[in-house]
Amino acid sequence: MSNFPFLSVLTVAPLVGALVVAFLPRHRPELAKQVAFVWSLLVLALSVAMWVSFNAGGKRFQFRESYSWIPDWGVSFTFATDGIALVMLMLIAVLVPLVILASWHDAESSKRSVPVYFALLLVLECTMIGVFAAADVFLFYVFFEVMLVPMYFLIGSYGGHQRQYAAVKFFLYSLVGGLFMLAAVIGLWVVGGKTFDWQALSEVDISTGTERWLFLGFFLAFAIKAPFFPFHTWLPDAGGAAPAGAAALLVGVLDKVGTFGILRYCLPLFPEASKWFAPWALALGVIGIVYAALLAVGQNDLKRLVSYTSIAHFGFIGVGIFAFTTQAGTGAVLYMLNHGLATGLLFLVVGMLISRRGSALISDFGGAGKLVPVLAGVLFFAGLASLALPGTAPFISEFLVLIGTFTVNKPVAIIATLGIILAAAYVLWMVQRTTQGTLNPTLTEVDGMRRDLNLREKVVVAPLIALIVLLGFFPKPVTDVINPAVQATMDDIGRTDPAPSVGTVQEAAK
Amino acid sequence: MTDFKLPSIDYAALSPILIMLSTALLGVLVEAFVPRRLRHVVQLTLALLAVLAALTMVVLNADERMITAGQALAIDGPTLFLQGAILVLAAMALLLIGDRSVELGGAFVAQAAVTAESADDRRQAEGRNGLTEVYPLTTFAIGGMLIFVAANDLLTMFIALEVFSLPLYLLCALARRRRLLSQEAAMKYFLLGAYASAFFLFGVALIYGFTAGIPGRVAGVDFATINAAVSDSPASEVLLFAGMALLAIGLLFKAAAAPFHVWTPDVYQGAPTPVTGFMAACTKVAAFGALLRVFHVAFAGANWDFTPVLGVVAVLTMLVGAVLAVTQTDIKRLLAYSSIANAGYLLVGVLAPSRDGLAGTMFYLVAYGFSVLAAFAVVTLVRDADGEATHLSRWAGLGRRSPFFAALFTFILLAFAGIPLTSGFMSKFAVFGPALEGGQTWLVIAGVLTSMVLAFPYLRVVVMMWLSEPGESTPTVTVPGGLTSAALMIGVLATLVLGVAPAPLLDLATGAAEFVR
Repeated sequence: MSNFPFLSVLTVAPLVGALVVAFLPRHRPELAKQVAFVWSLLVLALSVAMWVSFNAGGKRFQFRESYSWIPDWGVSFTFATDGIALVMLMLIAVLVPLVILASWHDAESSKRSVPVYFALLLVLECTMIGVFAAADVFLFYVFFEVMLVPMYFLIGSYGGHQRQYAAVKFFLYSLVGGLFMLAAVIGLWVVGGKTFDWQALSEVDISTGTERWLFLGFFLAFAIKAPFFPFHTWLPDAGGAAPAGAAALLVGVLDKVGTFGILRYCLPLFPEASKWFAPWALALGVIGIVYAALLAVGQNDLKRLVSYTSIAHFGFIGVGIFAFTTQAGTGAVLYMLNHGLATGLLFLVVGMLISRRGSALISDFGGAGKLVPVLAGVLFFAGLASLALPGTAPFISEFLVLIGTFTVNKPVAIIATLGIILAAAYVLWMVQRTTQGTLNPTLTEVDGMRRDLNLREKVVVAPLIALIVLLGFFPKPVTDVINPAVQATMDDIGRTDPAPSVGTVQEAAK
Repeated sequence: MTDFKLPSIDYAALSPILIMLSTALLGVLVEAFVPRRLRHVVQLTLALLAVLAALTMVVLNADERMITAGQALAIDGPTLFLQGAILVLAAMALLLIGDRSVELGGAFVAQAAVTAESADDRRQAEGRNGLTEVYPLTTFAIGGMLIFVAANDLLTMFIALEVFSLPLYLLCALARRRRLLSQEAAMKYFLLGAYASAFFLFGVALIYGFTAGIPGRVAGVDFATINAAVSDSPASEVLLFAGMALLAIGLLFKAAAAPFHVWTPDVYQGAPTPVTGFMAACTKVAAFGALLRVFHVAFAGANWDFTPVLGVVAVLTMLVGAVLAVTQTDIKRLLAYSSIANAGYLLVGVLAPSRDGLAGTMFYLVAYGFSVLAAFAVVTLVRDADGEATHLSRWAGLGRRSPFFAALFTFILLAFAGIPLTSGFMSKFAVFGPALEGGQTWLVIAGVLTSMVLAFPYLRVVVMMWLSEPGESTPTVTVPGGLTSAALMIGVLATLVLGVAPAPLLDLATGAAEFVR
């Protein structure tokens, strides 16, 4: 089974599905939804099969496939996945069916074609899978850029208030980052002897000056994508305007491409430059944690609030990556997964709340828990997961990042801890103002607020809640897969973890 | 002077040129002798057949490498590749020019001599058949372009320049609608073009002077002589530099590079849209073909002298094109500035002194030609009672009215913006890669930065079409007949295919990328 070309099939399958859905008759929206949903379930099944046949203790890159594409430039369709990419692929495969299910009625409120909405979601899935599965820098870049197009139309055509502005801002920010990366990609191609193969490029020696410039080109693209402070301003707009399902994918998966890119491309390809720039990157991460959290506290728009919390979380991931310890690195990767689950859930729940109330403003709510108790409960849980309460999955990752950072850089770890306190503030205050307290009398007049979660919505949230709790108590299956890949990345930049300073075990051994 | 040797002429190698020029002459006879109602069909068929025949001859000659007709014409890889490109793109342009389904009577005026805006003029706009002289004019222009990219001495090049320029000046004046704008465009193009030609000719004279006095050679303006002169002419280098500069002005004018670009927006806007497409695609190929040959063959030895200057021109061109495109409100002017910016990217390729650079530039020319013709094909379709609705505000909500054509246009815009899986991205890579390899880092960085700026106007059009609500004045897209549809679909498909599988054309370009000297 491990000879099965999982990665190429996984990449192409959603695209085929998208074509099928796009050409379904426009007046049969139900059929389009069902086909899209079933298709995404098939992709999920295939991903699970891939997860099972992945050998955690085996080679770093598995399921490698390579087909010639543009031989003149040394470009090929090369796919391969390590543990980090595998986890992200699973996250995509899990989130997309849930998002499709959650967006069942979203597209109808706009005047646009419903089948096209679901086709765009599947195209997005194709590009997201491709970007994580690519092992050829050119191929990665292609997916990295093409990814913008379906997202642009999802936000621009189906989004809410200010969707045009948000869509254009999203596209331009990402494109600017992408073009910086293009320059660096071409530069890397030239110094690397005209190849785009990741494996070959990671063995090339690059002079210090060139390496720093190339690192900057890649890092800028990834920092905008992630986004890190100060390149973050597009995310609240895009997240606030996107339909809830698309926003869940935007923040849950799309932005992870940035942090994933740093782990896969910046660190192993430019190890010296990574170390040289690490203090700056750490600073950006720490500023992001505190600054975005403070802004989140002040938000009155639910989706913008969730977007700002994400920026703060990306600060944590950035700190975890640039601390250069295995613990922090594992924590960062785990954070990428858990944040996708927790923030994905939060976005979807917030979306359910907003579609009922017809408003995204926190001040339009108040005491909603009395009307929709189950929904309020799920919101509360998603909030707690997002603030990394022990027992939920994000706690483990946040904790790993902090202790991994503490061993090498105490000030950063201590300031980052502030972020936890602020997280409690923005989540709890948001929950209190929307679902707790006295009932806002206008809420009772809104029809939607009398309906609690229906079966479809319960099916959407249940798997996410289950995963968050499960991984909160038993993250081992995931960490087993991540650890070797993170270890290999740390080896690439030549960092070893500092020995524990109170090493009683070692002394006893002597 | 006593014995005059007849130069050997390889007629087979010249056959594409001969076919086009003789068809043009035949077209003049058709105008004289064929009944009016048949002329359109006869002329169009004749022109298309000639292009196909010439293309066949180019393909048959694919392996020829020679200098023939004395030292006048070089038939080598770049010549044949670019001739093929010009012919393919010209065939598409002819399809657009020949279309009479979109506008009753075609896009061309029925009688050019009628005073613009007069009652007679308004009457002829109502659907009398357009004049068919456009076909011989176009065929002459194509023939001139074929010579232009093959020319191996500066005088032949000058004659070719005139042969393809004069018909273009006329074609610009023949728009059926907005006659004044069209005539103004033609006048502007003609005057500025005449100046540019004069500069070119003056440059030829200076270079001729520079080549005088090389030991063992006669003075001349063929590229081998110039090349020899660059390394060991006893004449003052001032002659060389001034001559090169003047030649460059003439060529960069045709290529629409800043600061010689000012005619482009006006002419692109005023000319009948099919002609605009023809100019944007074919003239660009011809101009850059000549630029490549002049700088890579004749002045190869002065590489260090012209590279910084042309580099500045390239950066300026990219900047002017990108920045001014942002402020445009007319789709044809926007595409004109985009074409200027693309001339800048092409110049980056010209300055990559390697086989890959040459191949990349040729690839870019073909890819851009297909996309830009398709873009102008869509422009001809968006119209209301007064002709084409080119103001951008009129395109608002077009995606809702005509999703199919809006989707095609969006795809082409994404190609212009350089999004992967379109030919636009591949061609950018094809010129930037070799340029960086050749040490022109600053040009590549300028190219990347201007691409960012240029993405904005394209995106604005996409936003207009898809995200804005259709207004009262949003026209519908005219469903085109077979000719325009064919041109449009060829353009879009080529943009897609060259973006997904560029390897075959790249191979072809790389194989052809060697000049005979």
